[in-house]
Amino acid sequence: MGYTTLVVLTGTGLLGACSGMVGSFAVLRRRALLGDALSHAALPGVCLAFLIVGERHLPAMLFGAFLTGILGVLIVTGLRNGTRIKEDAAIGIVLSVFYGAGIALSRYVQNHTARGSRAGLETYILGKTSSMILSDVYFIAATALVSLTIVLLLYKEFQIVAFDAEFAEVQGWPAFRLDLLLMTTIAVTVVIGLPAVGVVLMAALLIIPAAAARFWTDRLSLLLGLSAAFGAATGASGTLISSRFNWAAGPSIVLVGTTVFLASVLLGTRRGILRQLMAEWKYRRQTRERSLLRRLFVQVESQLPESTNFSRREFHSPVDQRLLRQFERRGWLVTQSGKHMSITQRGLQEAAEATLQHRLIELAFEDSVTDVVPQAGEGFATSIPPELQQKLEQRLESAGRHPLRCIAGLSGRSRA
Amino acid sequence: MIDWPSFLSSNARLDFWTIVVGATGNACCAILGCFLVLRRMSLLGDAVSHAILAGIAVAFLLTGSIAPMPMFLGAMTVGLLTALLTQTLSTFGKVPEDSSMGVVFTSLFAIGVLIISSPAMKSSHLDDCILVGVLDMVSLDTTVFAGYRVPHVLLTLVPMLFIILLFVTTFWKELKIASFDPQLATTMGISALLMHYLLMGLVAATTVATLESVGTIVVVAMLIVPAATAHLLTDRLGPMIGIAVLLGITSAVIGCLWARWANSNAAGLMAVATGLQFSVAVVLAPRHGLLSKAMHNFRLSIRIVSEDIIAMLYRREEQADHAEISSTGTATREECLSAAGGGWLANLALPWLSHRGRIAVDSAGQWKLTFSGRQDGESLVRSHRLWESYLDQHFDLPADHLHEPAEQIEHFIGPELQDKLASELKNVKADPHGRRIPPATGEE
Repeated sequence: MGYTTLVVLTGTGLLGACSGMVGSFAVLRRRALLGDALSHAALPGVCLAFLIVGERHLPAMLFGAFLTGILGVLIVTGLRNGTRIKEDAAIGIVLSVFYGAGIALSRYVQNHTARGSRAGLETYILGKTSSMILSDVYFIAATALVSLTIVLLLYKEFQIVAFDAEFAEVQGWPAFRLDLLLMTTIAVTVVIGLPAVGVVLMAALLIIPAAAARFWTDRLSLLLGLSAAFGAATGASGTLISSRFNWAAGPSIVLVGTTVFLASVLLGTRRGILRQLMAEWKYRRQTRERSLLRRLFVQVESQLPESTNFSRREFHSPVDQRLLRQFERRGWLVTQSGKHMSITQRGLQEAAEATLQHRLIELAFEDSVTDVVPQAGEGFATSIPPELQQKLEQRLESAGRHPLRCIAGLSGRSRA
Repeated sequence: MIDWPSFLSSNARLDFWTIVVGATGNACCAILGCFLVLRRMSLLGDAVSHAILAGIAVAFLLTGSIAPMPMFLGAMTVGLLTALLTQTLSTFGKVPEDSSMGVVFTSLFAIGVLIISSPAMKSSHLDDCILVGVLDMVSLDTTVFAGYRVPHVLLTLVPMLFIILLFVTTFWKELKIASFDPQLATTMGISALLMHYLLMGLVAATTVATLESVGTIVVVAMLIVPAATAHLLTDRLGPMIGIAVLLGITSAVIGCLWARWANSNAAGLMAVATGLQFSVAVVLAPRHGLLSKAMHNFRLSIRIVSEDIIAMLYRREEQADHAEISSTGTATREECLSAAGGGWLANLALPWLSHRGRIAVDSAGQWKLTFSGRQDGESLVRSHRLWESYLDQHFDLPADHLHEPAEQIEHFIGPELQDKLASELKNVKADPHGRRIPPATGEE
């Protein structure tokens, strides 16, 4: 790997990490597309700075980009708060009008200034990573460091603003100023990324790593770290691919990001599709098992404690048959002869517990007791407060329907 | 073959056709934009017009030409795909809608850019026109139609405009209901979803039709900005569409002429022109503009402040009549100002009131109600005390909590409401604090 490639790799990697981190807040704050407006709005700033300075002076052009970018965000906020224009239209207006102004200015520069044709302003539209030099990398590193420091110092404040801005305001946090600081940090990141990935695709670098990381965790600290890691990996490997196949760098980086995102959608441990399917499958299996256990118990309940025999024929559906074989393997059932099976001591215990749970909930709902809270995610475990459970169990016992008491005699006898 | 309009020089004729192309494209965009803005789908329009680049690029890759039909097909497919994927991701992946849109359209755009910027495609110069638009060049590419020499793109733009007009007039009622109340539309058996996807398909097709002239990003300006401007100017759908089209056409004229004058990019300046129209509307719109809102607020504030001063003076006169304390029924300038809460508004209110002959100042610097001022004060204090009595009777409020709400509401109770309150209260004569409620004007 050559020296230039190494420089560019470091630069795009750092850029990806930085935008991944600050992008997390944009995604959480539902401000993802404001970043898009910001990056488009930065284009006229680049051209204006060139017109004023008269040469390709990078810091000046980036400063111009920063100013018009922030102006764009302020206009969006103003339109949203002060007029009947909705936020989506406001973002669209700022994005497209500023971009139009940008391309008009860029053409003007090309046609009117002596150095214009060599200004390379159009590289800001799609970006050009290969022009990155060591000083650019230092610049990106410094910005990343500053952003990181700001995020670490104001971690708690940003957290509360990101999740519940109204609450933050009520609690007396300067929510508006924190928001502005957050937007400024995002703006700085966008601006330093412009020369590399361009105004159109910069938003992707903000949104995609954070949206991908969201599939893996619900914790902000983890989200920030993961999103930064995704961003760094995306930036670096996108650059590698683009130099290997001689593709444009900006789109390559974005498409690597898209791949990471799609992988996260599938595999993410928190919200991934596979995990959701697994959970659903597990839940269904558990429900079926419980239901069969309950039906088994009801089948033998009248014969207890003398016998736990039942006929296989009662459970003829393929699902039940398969489950019966599974139960037998677990030692919950034994085959007596051909069609006849009996429930073992352990199986009886399981069946009684499943039945007890079911009857308790039945009773509770009969009385329409609302403090029985079905807890999603824990399968069908339903939490009944202990006092209520005691009361309901007593009622079952007096009706002679308490499953555990029914088998108590049995276990006592076999123990004796 | 006729070079029309023949009275123009060849350069001016070029400009004329450039403007015609821009105006036709803008009219298409403006009509569709109205529905996007009303349905709060502006950003989806933005996303679709970015994303179709992938469709165009793939069509180009497959057919190797820039023939319109494959491009339309590719663009429509990708346009609908964008709407569909955004929806799917936010429903099933629980990604917030704006993020899912951001992921989808940037990814598709990246695919498009990757293809059109590959060395094999460089010769087509698609990337130039797609990103910046070459409106000033399209009128050079002419074709002969019915004996006239016309720009080639008009042959797709004009049919596009007719299709859109046909769509809007056919589904006028459905579109109207679906735009303002999607739930109602669904219950009435109109599929808001179908309208949604038809609209997205048309947006994609329009983006393709205007692709060469304005490019995929400036087209967003022409879609959203004229419609948003029209939305500030009117509340009715029909006029809104008309105004939006008019704004689109004028911005094409301004943009093209400006570009000729400044030697710059016509598409970009068209976006700037429509942006300027929008900013003028934001400030000056008759009902929704910032200026009219500010004027309205100012008028309301000055009225409330003036009324506070009049009510204070009236109460002083009352005290003077009853000789409760040593009061003359007049007040100094400072007392008037403090009754109005001070500030610059109060300073304006005093000359305003004396100009309207409600109060007058004597040589000792004491302010006093005039006859008409006294009538105003009577009505105000009547409102105030009626409200206090009403609160006392119907709400369980302690006596010292009655004054505050009444102080605020007194400015908004007109004669009609006064009469209603009075009859509701069985014509009480005194408020809960035992003070006399002044009778309605003309009684007594």
